Amino acid sequence: MMDKEYNGILIYAQVTKEDYLHTVFFELVDKAKELAQKLGGVEVNAVIFSKVGLVKNFEESFKNKGLNKVYYFEDERLSTYSNEYYSALLVDLVDLIKPEILLIGATNEGRDLAPRVASALHTGLTADCTGLDINEKGQLAATRPTFGGQLMATILCKTFPQMATVRPNVFKTNPDSNFVDTEFVSCPANINYIEKKVELVKFEKTVENIINELDNAEIIVAGGKGLKNENGVRLLKDFAQGINGTFAATRGLVEMGLAPASVQIGQTGKTVHPRVYIACAISGAIQHTVGMENSDYIIAINNDENAPIFEIADTGIVGDVFEILPKLVERFNKTI
Amino acid sequence: MKIALCIKQVPDTTDIRWTENNTIQREGVESVINPYDVYALEFALKLKSLVKSTTITVFTMGPAQAEGMLRRCLALGCDNVVLISDRKFAGADTYATGLTIANAIRAELPDFDMVVCGQFAVDGDTAQTGPNIANFLEIPQVTFVKDFVEFSNDKLFVTREMEDGIETVSVKGAALVCVLKQDFEPQRPKINGIINATKKQIKILTMEDINLTPEKVGLKGSPTMVSKAFRNVSSHKAEKFNLNVDESVDLIENKLKSLEVL
Repeated sequence: MMDKEYNGILIYAQVTKEDYLHTVFFELVDKAKELAQKLGGVEVNAVIFSKVGLVKNFEESFKNKGLNKVYYFEDERLSTYSNEYYSALLVDLVDLIKPEILLIGATNEGRDLAPRVASALHTGLTADCTGLDINEKGQLAATRPTFGGQLMATILCKTFPQMATVRPNVFKTNPDSNFVDTEFVSCPANINYIEKKVELVKFEKTVENIINELDNAEIIVAGGKGLKNENGVRLLKDFAQGINGTFAATRGLVEMGLAPASVQIGQTGKTVHPRVYIACAISGAIQHTVGMENSDYIIAINNDENAPIFEIADTGIVGDVFEILPKLVERFNKTI
Repeated sequence: MKIALCIKQVPDTTDIRWTENNTIQREGVESVINPYDVYALEFALKLKSLVKSTTITVFTMGPAQAEGMLRRCLALGCDNVVLISDRKFAGADTYATGLTIANAIRAELPDFDMVVCGQFAVDGDTAQTGPNIANFLEIPQVTFVKDFVEFSNDKLFVTREMEDGIETVSVKGAALVCVLKQDFEPQRPKINGIINATKKQIKILTMEDINLTPEKVGLKGSPTMVSKAFRNVSSHKAEKFNLNVDESVDLIENKLKSLEVL
């Protein structure tokens, strides 16, 4: 039975190194509002740690997302992520406001923070969820892939808060709607007692923007090892261009040096859900499909009619990409 | 430096069996060392080769069949091996597992300087146990560690691989690191290593040995529970067409038009 000592949903608002809110936060807010409805209209609140003066930049975003309260900790020592500071403050806040659910984005930062906070709070955490729901008892039912995506498990938590992390792009965001009177609660950063042991010495940026084109693409045209060489990749990219699609790749293609790691889809890459995903010469290993199976519509082209990709595609075309792609390029570069 | 290395056996096959409690059936299933833990082991061995008088104590939690994996660690240069094994540990989630391993480290290696884990286990893939152990041992954690940089003035320097780049961080004092997979081939045991490994004892720790009680371990000590486990079924239509090239191109064009994305 629901322990009503704990109430409402708290969401961790991750600030990126470039001082903007990570998109996964907005995805979590929209999902949380759905869950809050099922819980009888409980509050959806956020917590944010940042340098002094930053939170006012996000005021509109928080209001437009319809958050009830934003608990913010501003302190120069919080300007970059520190597990030691952030986890201590988050644990203190949870002890104080007692949310029934705590959601964190499954970014590297979130995956560093969430388990530390969960074990300090002596509560359970379900990582990398692909589905969140409220069951008939009012509990958070968190569904996640396990064993490399072969099995799905729905996990319940017997303690509070019930915690879950969700990868970016798993949930969709709704357009901003209700402009509400969000309450901003300034919280003191009581961290003087912490003797910080871990220091960031250097950061070498390798990816220009962690939110890349793939996150917002309507059409993704992805290639696998079956493209064989640069010529195959060229054909695929030409086709993508013809239909205004965005190029993506499997881990196999990335490992062949034919695509950058930033466009890799799957378990060790990105999760995407475009309106249409066109998989070319991709066999459909589970490590790839976990990153794209939530696409609205999937078209697959593969010369092996037993390729597993056909099991998860809406339309499967058995054929040779080296015959079909040139014709597609011809067709779409002519009509558009 | 005294290193506690935490490793895990994971099922090798795609043949996954579940118990009646909806936890994973581990006994009777072929197992291998978790691929990430192979590199945690490499990380510890690298520290041992660079920092004088370093010893490595390996901890693993699981059934007795972990012996082979532990012997391999000895053959590769680890100094002591500890098997944390008790029927009462069955069904532990990451919280209960973290608490159990942390207590085992406190019992067996209370003066540790560093705890090394793999970032993920390929079966559960939660990345939670490492930070949980760090929390219970009350030491800082450094996750997503790519490589060891140096150890100087009592500070450990490592690189972390993040989504947008590479961080270099320093850690002062005892800490836990979670190590990512690397590109290089892990080393193989040498003959004299294998011979020495057979001479060593495997230390076994049960619940009583690590000062825990039945309600703190296994299924009972776990805040989470699997309520349902099911095969991942696709919601896509799975229609397959065997057409000639022109028909295939027409079909794709028609689909894209009907989906209104062109």
